[in-house]
Amino acid sequence: MGGTICIIGQFISNLLKMKGLGQDETASLTSILMISIGALLTGLNVYDDIGRFAGAGSIVPITGFANSIVSPAMEFKSEGYVMGVGAKMFVIAGPVLVYGISASVIAGIIHFLLR
Amino acid sequence: MATKRIGKQTVKLQNPPSIIATACIVGPKEGEGPLRLYFDEIIDDELFGEKTWEKAESKLMRETFAKVLKKANKTAEDIDYIIAGDLLNQCLAANFGLRESEVPFFGVYGACSTMAESMSIGSMLVDGNFADNVVCLTSSHFCSAEKQFRFPLELGTQRPPTAQWTVTGSGGVVISNKGNGPYITHITTGKIVDMGIKDVNNMGAAMAPAAMDTIVSRFMDTGFTPEDYDLIVTGDLGAVGKEICDELTREQGYNISKVYNDCGLMIYDRQKQDTHAGGSGCGCSATVFAGFIYKKLLEGVINKVLFVATGALLSTTSSQQGESIPCIAHAVSISNTIS
Repeated sequence: MGGTICIIGQFISNLLKMKGLGQDETASLTSILMISIGALLTGLNVYDDIGRFAGAGSIVPITGFANSIVSPAMEFKSEGYVMGVGAKMFVIAGPVLVYGISASVIAGIIHFLLR
Repeated sequence: MATKRIGKQTVKLQNPPSIIATACIVGPKEGEGPLRLYFDEIIDDELFGEKTWEKAESKLMRETFAKVLKKANKTAEDIDYIIAGDLLNQCLAANFGLRESEVPFFGVYGACSTMAESMSIGSMLVDGNFADNVVCLTSSHFCSAEKQFRFPLELGTQRPPTAQWTVTGSGGVVISNKGNGPYITHITTGKIVDMGIKDVNNMGAAMAPAAMDTIVSRFMDTGFTPEDYDLIVTGDLGAVGKEICDELTREQGYNISKVYNDCGLMIYDRQKQDTHAGGSGCGCSATVFAGFIYKKLLEGVINKVLFVATGALLSTTSSQQGESIPCIAHAVSISNTIS
């Protein structure tokens, strides 16, 4: 399943390149489209069914990241747009962002010192 | 001197009260399970016409209360106490679902053991002449429980094989000093047992020692043996916990295998319904008892039941702080005859 998601991503990427987009634009637009698909499938109550079958295959790709943000936003909408959606949206993705960004900063510092 | 106590944990009721009626409402998934013909009502929408899961669960509780009163041919004025609880923080479903009942109310929390806990307290109130009629009820809801204890519903995660599926449903009973049975004859109140299990996806294994402790205490306090019962049924140990409980009880010298079952295994077809180790939640033991077991008692298919609802007393905070899971099991004997 994870492979299928990657094939779809690669297909979109190739398609955009064929349309004459540059490397940077293609990469950004592919990510945006994959995130949109992940968010849409979450909203349509489909992504959790895919996840039950696919496991890490649908968690690791960027669509899984979209799912981890959209699903709490949907779940906590009943608590309002501020304390519900706003406060809880990053309840799952938050730790990934915190430690992902922290790790990149540390890697950057090490790279700077070793240069 | 407490004349009704026998042994360390058991009470023998001198004027055994009757369970004069039961009612239960379950969700769509439970309505597809093997016990579907025994439930009073199966809702076709998890939201039950409400805007939030919490409101839906409160409505389950409210409607079950109305239904059980109707089946007992009573009005709210005939009821001296409601004893109710659920899994949500501050017992939200019970407090909000029953706020218009105008009946003196005791809120109880025993996690998934709440049904047996409320029936224990309710029957002692009736036996002690503190009340003529008591309603005991509980509920749980898959969606509100997932939201509070685990992950958002739409998050694409996999559940481990030991995980259990919270039952959407509510069950209630009317316990009365008038009636011709089935009678509540003995109550064994559980101790909090914590064997150090920390895996929140394996509650069955965590709760099994508590169930064993209460069952063995019952046998030791009363002198009864497994052969005295037609059915010994635990609340929601699931496939993993049931096996452990069976084995632990055998190690203590009591072989319950022949008469032992678990509500969590009875309510779903685990293979077809993808519920992994089985059902759980306050509503699991409550609906299986109110729906299936009570009817089998009335039919005379079974005559003496040991109903042992089991609860994992964890909170989301305790598990995030790395605490193990304290568990409890309460046992209630229900019999067609007073022995």
